[in-house]
Order: sequence, then structure tokens, then C-alpha cells
Amino acid sequence: MSIDLSQFFEVFFEESFEGLDAMEAELLNLEPGAEDSETINTIFRAAHSIKGGSGTFGFTSVSDFTHVLETLLDQIRDGQRQLTAEHVNLLLKSVDCLRALLGALQAEQAPDLSEANELRLKFEVILGMSDGVAEEPVESLQESSGESTYQIDFKPLPHLFKTGNEPLYMISELAELGELETTAFYDGIPSIENLSPDECFLSWRFFLTTIKPESAIKEIFEWVEDDAHIEITMCGGLFGKVASNADVETANVNIESNSGLETPSPKPVKAEVPVNSLGKKAEPKKPSEQSSTSIRVGIDKVDSLINMVGELVITQAMLSQIGEQDITETTITSLQEGLAQLAHNTRDLQENVMRIRMLPISFVFSRFPRLVRDISQKLNKQVELKLLGEQTELDKTVMEKISDPMVHLVRNSLDHGLETPEQRVAAGKDPVGTVTLNAFHQGGNIVIEIMDDGQGLNTEKIKEKAIANGLVQESDELSADEINELIFMPGFSTADAVSDISGRGVGMDVVRRNIQALNGSVEVSSAPGVGSTFTIRLPLTLAILDGQLVKVAQHTYIIPLISIVESLQIDISKVSRVGKDLDVLRLRDEYIPILRLYDIFSHQGAIEELDKTLLVVVESDNHKVGLLVDDLLAQQQVVIKSLEANYQKVDGVSGATILGDGRVSLIIDISGLIKLSGLKRPGSQELLVEAKAVEVA
Amino acid sequence: MKKILAVDDSASMRQMVGFTLKKAGFDVTEAKDGSEALSIAKQQGFDAVISDVNMPVMDGITLIRELRSLPNYKFTPLLMLTTESGLDKKTEGKAAGATGWIVKPFNPEQLLAVLKKVIR
Repeated sequence: MSIDLSQFFEVFFEESFEGLDAMEAELLNLEPGAEDSETINTIFRAAHSIKGGSGTFGFTSVSDFTHVLETLLDQIRDGQRQLTAEHVNLLLKSVDCLRALLGALQAEQAPDLSEANELRLKFEVILGMSDGVAEEPVESLQESSGESTYQIDFKPLPHLFKTGNEPLYMISELAELGELETTAFYDGIPSIENLSPDECFLSWRFFLTTIKPESAIKEIFEWVEDDAHIEITMCGGLFGKVASNADVETANVNIESNSGLETPSPKPVKAEVPVNSLGKKAEPKKPSEQSSTSIRVGIDKVDSLINMVGELVITQAMLSQIGEQDITETTITSLQEGLAQLAHNTRDLQENVMRIRMLPISFVFSRFPRLVRDISQKLNKQVELKLLGEQTELDKTVMEKISDPMVHLVRNSLDHGLETPEQRVAAGKDPVGTVTLNAFHQGGNIVIEIMDDGQGLNTEKIKEKAIANGLVQESDELSADEINELIFMPGFSTADAVSDISGRGVGMDVVRRNIQALNGSVEVSSAPGVGSTFTIRLPLTLAILDGQLVKVAQHTYIIPLISIVESLQIDISKVSRVGKDLDVLRLRDEYIPILRLYDIFSHQGAIEELDKTLLVVVESDNHKVGLLVDDLLAQQQVVIKSLEANYQKVDGVSGATILGDGRVSLIIDISGLIKLSGLKRPGSQELLVEAKAVEVA
Repeated sequence: MKKILAVDDSASMRQMVGFTLKKAGFDVTEAKDGSEALSIAKQQGFDAVISDVNMPVMDGITLIRELRSLPNYKFTPLLMLTTESGLDKKTEGKAAGATGWIVKPFNPEQLLAVLKKVIR
């Protein structure tokens, strides 16, 4: 029977990465000298599992490396060795190294072993061993050239059965080795009143003629060597069995005293399978371009799904029963009831299916303790990281994409936000700075805050820089919030010198763009000397959104409900024309540029008179615009279908969906639309000034 | 059909062992740690138990000790999966009542060959 081990690789990689994450988290919790045994145990188990799995699945580079880790951890666990800060650092590095190794193996590339070898050497120095680290596969299986005959005396102790071993199976195994002659001795059996059926009173003498080496025989009895008297004697050649055991010149080996036996125990099996099957065959073979990812789902979530599908089936049965009847008043009533039930079932089902993709944000948060530790060491700053709302759930896809922007923001907070301990003391603050990550749900959104208690954004410096870069004019009057907004502009970077920590050529504009690509937004608020807070808002999922259906000419578009501020009828007296063709509505004390959707999407036959249409005021990145539509239709949840995947990217449109009547409707991408219409930030500033001027005139 | 209880905290090992044994015609039940295995083992009988040693909640040695003390598992083969570095674990396991051990790393063929020693 051959089994393709590669089918287990994906699970192995997944659990190994999880194990490494757990290891890392526990290592960061460790206080050398005050470690508790459960923490060490968890770290040990993770290393142990990775080693066991990688060995089994043929990733020897990983198992060899993990072996030294495991040995060190084992010694610490057993109290033979004191954990030091050096160990922790080395172990953390090993976690990184293992991640890289496993990552390469997963991608079916040859892993770079240089770092692993370097680290391994360091471990070996600590362990005081430089030999025999890599378990050399024991290839000691030379079959002896000719046949030999062995006399085997096997006298089990009475308790043998209670170990679960079965003499009969051992005898059949012996018989498989060669020609077997068996004599059973039943003289040990006591009289019937003393007989205990639990105990073994039989003993045997075998003569085995085999070409296998003696070790093959020993292996059969390996498990019972403490539970029986076993003597194996070679009786010489083919005819040796006539001689009794004592007078043969060959070694008389008593298994009980032979402790060296234990080491090469993979051997017995090797005798029966091709020798190379252990190390070689499990190399990844088939190229898998599509990295299939998987998520673990709690059994309760699956159960509730099954439950709901059950209800759905019942409703369906009910409806089809109604369908078979003649249509009367009563059937129509029950049909309506059934449909309401169906709507209810579908919504429940949908909610629960979405829940499957939800994971706690701790998956992202968990990488930050390490990051903060490393960076603060590099910067010589003292930082305490607080994580709040770790159990807040978020769609897995969103989670994967938010991680990098968050890393960037946290790096920025550490590098630019927090002061050095000396500066902090001088400012009358605790020398230890605090960075807080907080996540919570708000409406259909998840909000992630990254707060630091550092010096806050330096508005003067930002403005200078923005003027120098030509982003704003010297004469512009900007509020502090507007100045802070500037850091999200492309081509803006306040770091005087590009440091190793932040400023890797990725600016805040990229952070914002990445977050916007997720239909989210990022804002900053800051107080000098008190700290800054970055607030990221994201939809819980990328697959479904609450939409407002609007009519433009004969077409139906969808505006994400989340970006709608209000909808109103236009008071024509409050509209002024700015520049050539832009209308601006004064709404309370704000000026809202009016975007004519029919114009942008080139539709004929829409209502063009402003006072006969409706204006939907939407907001994106603190920037409000009004969208001119013919009519407001229903609000509903829509399933987002990717345009890129099915057609191509269209500016101003984030996706499409299929409406109840089967027609395709486009979902408007607000920030894309604003860009498309040529209204740029901080153009709103000019606009506002211009609109004021128009009004005065 | 012979029933085997396979216990390992590592999902990939569990799958590999489970898959191999099923393919060889055994009826396999999987458990992720000693405590889960023990409660399953108390509810139904098994012809053999294969357990990892290092597991959270309840380790393999404790599981074997507990199982061996149950009347139904007095003679049942209880095998442990161990690594070569765990030599003392073998002694500990035997003392707890283990029938034998399978040394990691092993491949499916090796697993079945070793299993033949105790269950046929």
C-alpha cells in the first residue's frame, strides 16, 4: 500500500505556522528566571510537533533544525538548564528562521539553510555538543550473506498479557523471518485452582533458520524485553540446531542487558519496505500555483448551519406543497407566510455563512508584541503595548489585507510618535511610552484604533513640508485637522532622514490607498504632547454590503449605505455655479459639490433639472460630495461580484451585483468617483474659498 | 472491523495516521488530546489505541496509565508515538502500561508494519 503523503502537507504547514505563532507569543511572555512550566511546555510542544511532522513528511531540513531547539527546550523544561535572555532571543530568531524554511517548502522552493545552520551552531554551543545532532538515519541493515539458525528461548513473565502484547503475533512474526520450529512448554501451568486466566504461564523455544540478522529477531521482542526472559543464541550454520545452546561459539546475547538496542528502532520496519522510502519520497512534487488556503471553523458554527439548512428544506417543502394546490385566498396567505419564512431563513443562513469567514482580530494583533519588542530595542525606546478588543471578529480576507497597513502605522507610532525615555522624562511623562491597539464593532464596521501617548503630530513641520513639496500654498488657511490630513498625501514624508524603521519608501498615502481598497477609511487625530490616534474603519466583510439602490435614467446603481450622509431635495436658491460647470450646494455651513451621475456615466434621458431630482450626499475620507440621482429605490444587502474578475476594472465602480429581477447593477465606488470627477483634495479648500467668493459677489 | 483510537494534538499527524489506518481497513476514531481520548475510550471499546506523548491538557503517558486501569482496556494494545530523543519516555510509558512504541518519524508503511505486532 502506498500513500501519498503530500496530501497532508497543507495541514502540516498550517499547523506549523500556528505553532510558530504560539511559540512566538509565549516567548514574548517569558521573563527569564521567572518562567512558568506551562509556558515552557507550550513552547516545547510546538517545537516538538513541528519536528515530528516535518520528520514524518520528509522535510529533514526543518526537523534537523528543530531538533536542537527541542533539545534545549527539553532541558529547560526538565530544570536541567536555566532559561536566559540569550535563549529567548535565539529561540525567537529560530521562529523566524523556521517560518522562512517552512514558507519556502510550502512554496516548493529550496529553502535557504544558511541561517538555520548558523543558528543551529549557536544552539550546539549552548548545548555543549557538536556531534550527532542530525539523527543520522540508521542504515545498518546489511543482510547477512547466508542463512543462520538461532535458538530462541522465550519465557514471558506472568503479567505479559497486561501489557497488551500477544505472544501469538510475535511467533507469527518470527515465522515470517524464515523457517521456524516451535516447542511450547506448558509445565509452568499451575493446577486449576491456582490458575489465573489473566496470566501467562506458557514458554517457548524456537529454532529459526533465517537470512535476516539477529537484530531482526530482537526487534520482535523489543517491546517485551522487560516482561519476559529472552535468550537468543546463534547455532551456527544450517545444521547447527542439533547443538544445544551452550556449546556454540557465537555470541550469546541477552536482550535484557542490551541497552543499545533501543536506538535504531525504525529498523524493524525497514526490513519490510524499500529503504529509501523514509527520506526521499515526501518531497513536494506537483506544482500548485493556487495556494489553497483554509480556515478552521468551530463545530458550533457548522452545527448551526446544518440546523438552518434543515429549516430551509422544511420551508421549501412547505412552499412546494402550496404550489401544488389550487390558488385560493387561503393558499395565497400561506404562500406569503412561506415566503416570509424563506426570507427569514435565507437571511439567517447568510449571516451564519458570513460568520464562518470571521476570525478574531487577535490573529493580526498577535504579531505586534514581537514587532514592538524588536523595534523598540532598535530605537532604544521603552514601550508598552496594550491590546484591546482582541476577540473582535473580522472577515478573513479583510484581516489578511489590513495587517500590512497596521504594521506601517504602528512602526510610525514607535518611530515618530513616541519620544525617547529622556525626552519623555523631560516632558514630565512616564519614561515608558504606550501604544494601544483597540478594535471594536460599530454598526456594520470594524474600527481599529492605533493610539500612542507620544508627542503628537508636529503641525508646523507638516505644513512646512507640505508647502515645500507644493501640496499647499503658504497663504492657505488650514485647521490643525486639515494639516494632519496632509500626511496622507502622496509624496509626503516628514522623516528628516529615511530611517530603518519607517520610511521605507512606503508613505501614508499607500496606507490610505490600501485601506480604501478595502472600502475602508483611515483618519488621524492628534494633540501636541499628548499623542496621536489613527482610526481605521473597515467593512466587516468584502463579500456583502448594505446598498442604497438609486435610479439614474433607466439604470439602477448602488451606493454603499455606509458612505451616505443624507439624501435631500435640492433647494435651488442654495446652489451656486463655480468655475465652468461645477454646481455647489450650500448645505448648512458646508459647500457640497454636485456630481451628476448621468453625466459621469454618460446616460441619456435622466432628469437634468436640479430641483426635480434628488441629491445623495456621500462622504469619503472626510470629503463630502452630492450625487445627483433621479430617484431613490430600495435599500438592500447586495452580494458583491468582482468586475475585475469577470470583465475589467472600471473607474468609479467598485463592483457589480445581480438584482432580484436578474439585472446587473453597478456599485459606485465613492472615492474613485470623486477622483474621476476631478475634484481633488485639498481642492475642497479652493472650492470652498471660491464658493464663498461667488456668494459674496 | 477492528477499531483503533488515534490520539495526536497535531492535525497533520492525526490525519496521516487516520488515513493510513482507514486505508488498511481499520475503523479509526481520532482524538486531539489525552482527555478527549479518555472520554471517547470510556464510551466505546477499541481494539488498539495509538497515542502521541506530548499533548496539551492530558499527555499520552497519563492517558495510557488511565486507560490501563480501566477493566475494558486491561489487555488492549496501547501504543505510543515517540521521538528518538524520548528514550526515557519509553521506560516511563512502559511503566504506565504501554504495550509498545512507534518511533517518529515514521511513514505509513512503517506504522502498519509495527501495528501488526499487536493487532491482526
